[in-house]
Amino acid sequence: MSNAIATRTLGADVGRRDGPRKVTGAATYAYEHPLTDPAYVVPLLSTVARGRVVGIDAAEARRLPGVLAVLTHEPAPELADTSNPELAILQSPAIHFRGQIVGAVIAESLEIGAHAAALVRIEEQASDHDVVLRVDHPDVFKPDDDGTDTAHGDAEAGLRAAATTVDATYTTPQQHQGAMEPHTSVALWRDDALRLYESTQSVHGVRETIMEVFGLRAEQVEVTAPFVGGGFGSKGEVHANTVLAVIAARAVPGRAVKLALTRHHVFTLGSHRTPTIQRVRLGADASGGLLAITHDVWAHTSRMKAYIDQVAAATRMMYAAPSIATTHRLVPLDVPFPSWMRAPSETPGMYALECAIDELAIALRIDPIELRIRNDPPADPDSGKPWSSRNLVACLRQGAERFGWARRDPAPRRRRDGRWLAGTGVAGSTYPVFHTPGSQAQIEFRDDGRYEVSIGAIDVGTGTWTSLSQIAAEALGVPHERVALQIGDTALPYSHVPGGSAGITSWGATLFGAARAFRDRHGDDPAPGDTVTAGAPDNPAEDAYAMHAFGTHFAEVRVDADTGEVRVPRMLGMFAIGRVVNPRTARSQLIGGMTFGLSMALHEEVVMDAALGAIVTPDLAGYHIATNADVGDIDAAWIDEIDPHVNPMGTKGIGELGIVGAAAAIANAVFHATGTRMRDLPITPDKLLRAHMALGA
Amino acid sequence: MKPFAYERAAEIGGAIAALAGRPAAAYLAGGTNLVDHMKLGIASPQLLVDVSRVLDARIEELPGGGLRIGAGVRNADLAADMRVRERYPALARALLSGASGQLRNLATTGGNLLQRTRCPYFQDPTTPCNKREPGAGCSALDGHTRQHAILGASQHCVATHPSDMAVAMLAFDAVVRVDGPGGPREIAIADLHRLPGDAPQRDTTLEHGELITHVELPSLQIAARSTYRKVRDRASYAFALVSVAAAVELAGDDTIVDVRIAFGGLAHKPWRATLAEDELRGRRATKAAFRTAAHAELAAAQPLGENAFKIPMASNALVATLRELTMPGAAR
Repeated sequence: MSNAIATRTLGADVGRRDGPRKVTGAATYAYEHPLTDPAYVVPLLSTVARGRVVGIDAAEARRLPGVLAVLTHEPAPELADTSNPELAILQSPAIHFRGQIVGAVIAESLEIGAHAAALVRIEEQASDHDVVLRVDHPDVFKPDDDGTDTAHGDAEAGLRAAATTVDATYTTPQQHQGAMEPHTSVALWRDDALRLYESTQSVHGVRETIMEVFGLRAEQVEVTAPFVGGGFGSKGEVHANTVLAVIAARAVPGRAVKLALTRHHVFTLGSHRTPTIQRVRLGADASGGLLAITHDVWAHTSRMKAYIDQVAAATRMMYAAPSIATTHRLVPLDVPFPSWMRAPSETPGMYALECAIDELAIALRIDPIELRIRNDPPADPDSGKPWSSRNLVACLRQGAERFGWARRDPAPRRRRDGRWLAGTGVAGSTYPVFHTPGSQAQIEFRDDGRYEVSIGAIDVGTGTWTSLSQIAAEALGVPHERVALQIGDTALPYSHVPGGSAGITSWGATLFGAARAFRDRHGDDPAPGDTVTAGAPDNPAEDAYAMHAFGTHFAEVRVDADTGEVRVPRMLGMFAIGRVVNPRTARSQLIGGMTFGLSMALHEEVVMDAALGAIVTPDLAGYHIATNADVGDIDAAWIDEIDPHVNPMGTKGIGELGIVGAAAAIANAVFHATGTRMRDLPITPDKLLRAHMALGA
Repeated sequence: MKPFAYERAAEIGGAIAALAGRPAAAYLAGGTNLVDHMKLGIASPQLLVDVSRVLDARIEELPGGGLRIGAGVRNADLAADMRVRERYPALARALLSGASGQLRNLATTGGNLLQRTRCPYFQDPTTPCNKREPGAGCSALDGHTRQHAILGASQHCVATHPSDMAVAMLAFDAVVRVDGPGGPREIAIADLHRLPGDAPQRDTTLEHGELITHVELPSLQIAARSTYRKVRDRASYAFALVSVAAAVELAGDDTIVDVRIAFGGLAHKPWRATLAEDELRGRRATKAAFRTAAHAELAAAQPLGENAFKIPMASNALVATLRELTMPGAAR
């Protein structure tokens, strides 16, 4: 893991700067900012999946001592912009999903608020609803989005010409981001201005959205978020809870209000990953050369708003084939609003593609690693651009060596250890290198000899406090202890939302730009008070190259032949991620992503009751996320990769790469262990047992 | 959550008196289930009588080798007790397979027996549920039934009992001692939990105001050769899809002298597999005999939409558990 570029702090194994504050409880999360005498907001939620509120009797609740206000759509709170139906809450009696905000209580205490909420009688009139995704739904539509469908070459002809084909349909369930800290807002409306302590992935993003929804100027909205307990995409955009907190704050001006969603609320109001149905067809010649790839995706969205993940995006660039075609269709349903969840498109899409590649390898009797190497494209098949760097093959080879793949007997259901059937699987991973332009940073030399570096970036728990300090130190040519970093506040220079694993890449490039501007203006021996504010220069390579990170997952599984229980004693990820800023936090990110993938493969499923339109897994006892006991020997490593084109650091985003493909590696290993191809996630004991009974095992 | 009064009982008699004649009062011990229910809005007692300080928290020897477990003994302490681990290993394993370390530190023996179903519809007060509101209807019948009962259910309720501990205690014929307005009495654990019938709101045969004070484990040679197998969706912190508590006593020629089997996850109560036991006593301990016994017990199973897998899963888990217990070289 050496770096060809001599570095001082970039790449150093630096412990988390925020670690002591977090483990001692001193780090202030949104709910914990000390404010005088706050009031509490308790949402009132719809209990039908579609219909209208026909009556609200809040008289008894309003009489309860300690109740400050009961908010409903009568009268509707004034909003400046109601174009986003997710955020236009309490504007009409219409109900679009079960668990929608139809009112709220503001009270002196959380307990009084909860009591009052139970006293509000809401009469609802239900209409017929539909929450079930199916490909033959009469309302299915092609979303109005660039690149929804793509086609290179004639895929149907390629499939007809193929010696071997795979035609398989995979499904992934609705999933939930499950951040440890629930969505939380503390809002204070005073002197015609809003102060917001928010659990968010973007302080400036929250400010922009709140400005639009409420018709405020930038200087009227301050947002603070120094510490965030996970987001995984669910806090990348503003959701209805934040709008409700601001409405409530305006209802009791001068008084701070607190709104922390409960775990139940988060499942509906905090957004989710859409379920998908994916048909993948592959055609190959006898030697394994791909002739055609098609990937057709169906997902649901809210009937009120089209949201699309480009699930088949990675299929367009992962492997070489003369014909590649992808389509996406949406089914509008009476469900809560979907949004981003860790690698929103690539995670479900690469699950299907990488399982299909495994199926093709088995059909061709070619090793699945060899098949991937044979079809590694010299340039991006979608754009035709050269790769800035592509080291999937190196990851496959080095990962295979480290994992011990060469000893593997490809025949399924051959290895038994007592009651356990054992198997191994492999899958590829990729994620684009996104760069979000427009961020600014300020650098000031202080009289204590340290550089104060300010940027409106966010640490969602990933280590940004530490890694940005290292990058700033590297850019300034000083030890990282001499950097005093400020992040997490709209008072700091503007920063974009760190979606698409672009946080470190974009903020880091900004810090490099600012550091260069600082040195240009103030030299290497600045005076206290010397300051500069600057952003990153444009990267001309961005248009010239296709930029992606790559990786491979290896998994060993054991399946209980009696019960269908799956265990994963070993996982290895081998990644090509350019330069690593901090191996400690990078490893945490990667194995965290791999654990996400394991959890997706075996556990996670938001179960909707079709008749009630209700989520029946609305807590962490019902929605299973992998526990420590489910994770065995898990390791992430990376190859030496130098990419001179991506950005000044040579880094590629790693927040999402670790999950992409991980579920496929486990599903492929389950096939190797059992001889049963499980195409519907999660792979739970009941499904394996049913499949085995069908096999007569 | 509605406002409620809280009293700390000074002694058992006072606690019982506090609940007598007050249908909206409830005992509070570890609170790991009741407090959740109050937050969810599916229980709203007007008075909580805290008995956590007055319940016996000791594990004592009974004459002849049994154990008398105070209802206030925490699940973690019961699981760690060397006498339990040596004489009733299935019970220690069942306890450790339940909940999480934090919950086991708080949850009591009495409270564990009285925990209520994890049926998602029972736990969601915005959906119809006969157990919460008799006559409202059962949402599970048309809904998600993966976790639900295959034995002993009724048209009114198909919920399952969530306890692991109770399954092992049932296999060992534990006796539950209660005190109450009508005075003390003892209940065989098999008679504590009930099937739903047309009164699914009643989980147990306890009367209002009755308080579990102790659980007695009889002296039982066979229990020393016992185990607990829990099949679940993840390796920790998940309720059983199916669980088996079993104990076997073999003669020198591999004839089954005695056997104890109880299932969890299959019914509204922990399920003693008496048909399977009867099938096995006097038989040779073979895989075929185990399979026949499993079939005998599960022949009456009535699966719903999504839980038919529980039949082969329970059968396989029972066969595997009995094989483990009877394999040459198995513990003792």
